[in-house]
Amino acid sequence: MSAKLVFLGRLADLAGASELDVPGGALQDILATLPAPLALALLDERVRFALNGELVGERALVLGDGDELAFLPPVSGG
Amino acid sequence: MAADVRLCLTPFDPALEQAQFARAHPQAGGVVSFLGQVRQDGEVQALELQHYAPLTLPGMQALGDATLARWPLDGLLILHRSGVMVPGDPIVLVAAAARHRRDAFAAADYAMDHLKSESWFWKREQRGGEWRWIEPRAEDHADKARWAN
Repeated sequence: MSAKLVFLGRLADLAGASELDVPGGALQDILATLPAPLALALLDERVRFALNGELVGERALVLGDGDELAFLPPVSGG
Repeated sequence: MAADVRLCLTPFDPALEQAQFARAHPQAGGVVSFLGQVRQDGEVQALELQHYAPLTLPGMQALGDATLARWPLDGLLILHRSGVMVPGDPIVLVAAAARHRRDAFAAADYAMDHLKSESWFWKREQRGGEWRWIEPRAEDHADKARWAN
C-alpha cells in the first residue's frame, strides 16, 4: 500500500524531490519518518494541503493506497 | 459564454492572441488587455513558474467564471505560462471585451489582481547561476483587497 507526497515550490528543494512515495497510514506517522527540517516546513501554518486534487483544511489525515497529498506553500505567481 | 482560459507550457504570441480575441468579439466596443512579461533588469537570467496540475487550471477557470459573473462582458481571455522563461518572454495575458470600456478595464484589473495573489503558481529566479524562490509580495494581497472578494 503506498501513497504519494507532492512538494511544491521551495518545499521540493527542501525535500530534494518533487514527489515521494510513502507507505499509507496516519500523516503524523508518515511525517515522523521524514527529516525533521522538512517535516517542520510541511507543517508550517501557511502551507495548504490538497488531497487528491482538492484543498483540505483537516491536517489529521490518514493516507490510503493511491492517495496523493500535495503541500502548497504560499503562492508567488503571475 | 465561457472564458477562454489556458495554462501554457510553451511560449505564446501575445500580439497574435490579442488580435484573434479582438476579432472574435466584433460586438464589443472596448477590448482591454494586460501583458505581463519577464522583467529585464540586468541580473535575472531566467524565471521559472511551477504549477500543480490538479489545482492550477481549475483555479484559473473559476477566476474566469467569477470575472464573467461580475461584469457584463462579451469575452474574457486568460493565458498564463508555466515553465522556464527568459527576460522579455510573456508570462500572462488577460483580455476583456465589453460593450463599454469601463467594464473591460475593471474586469481585466480584477482578473490580474486575483491571478497574482491567488492562482497556484510558485516562482523562482535565476541570478548569477543560482535559483532562488520568490516569496509572496504583500502588495499583491493589498491589490486583491481592493475588491470585496
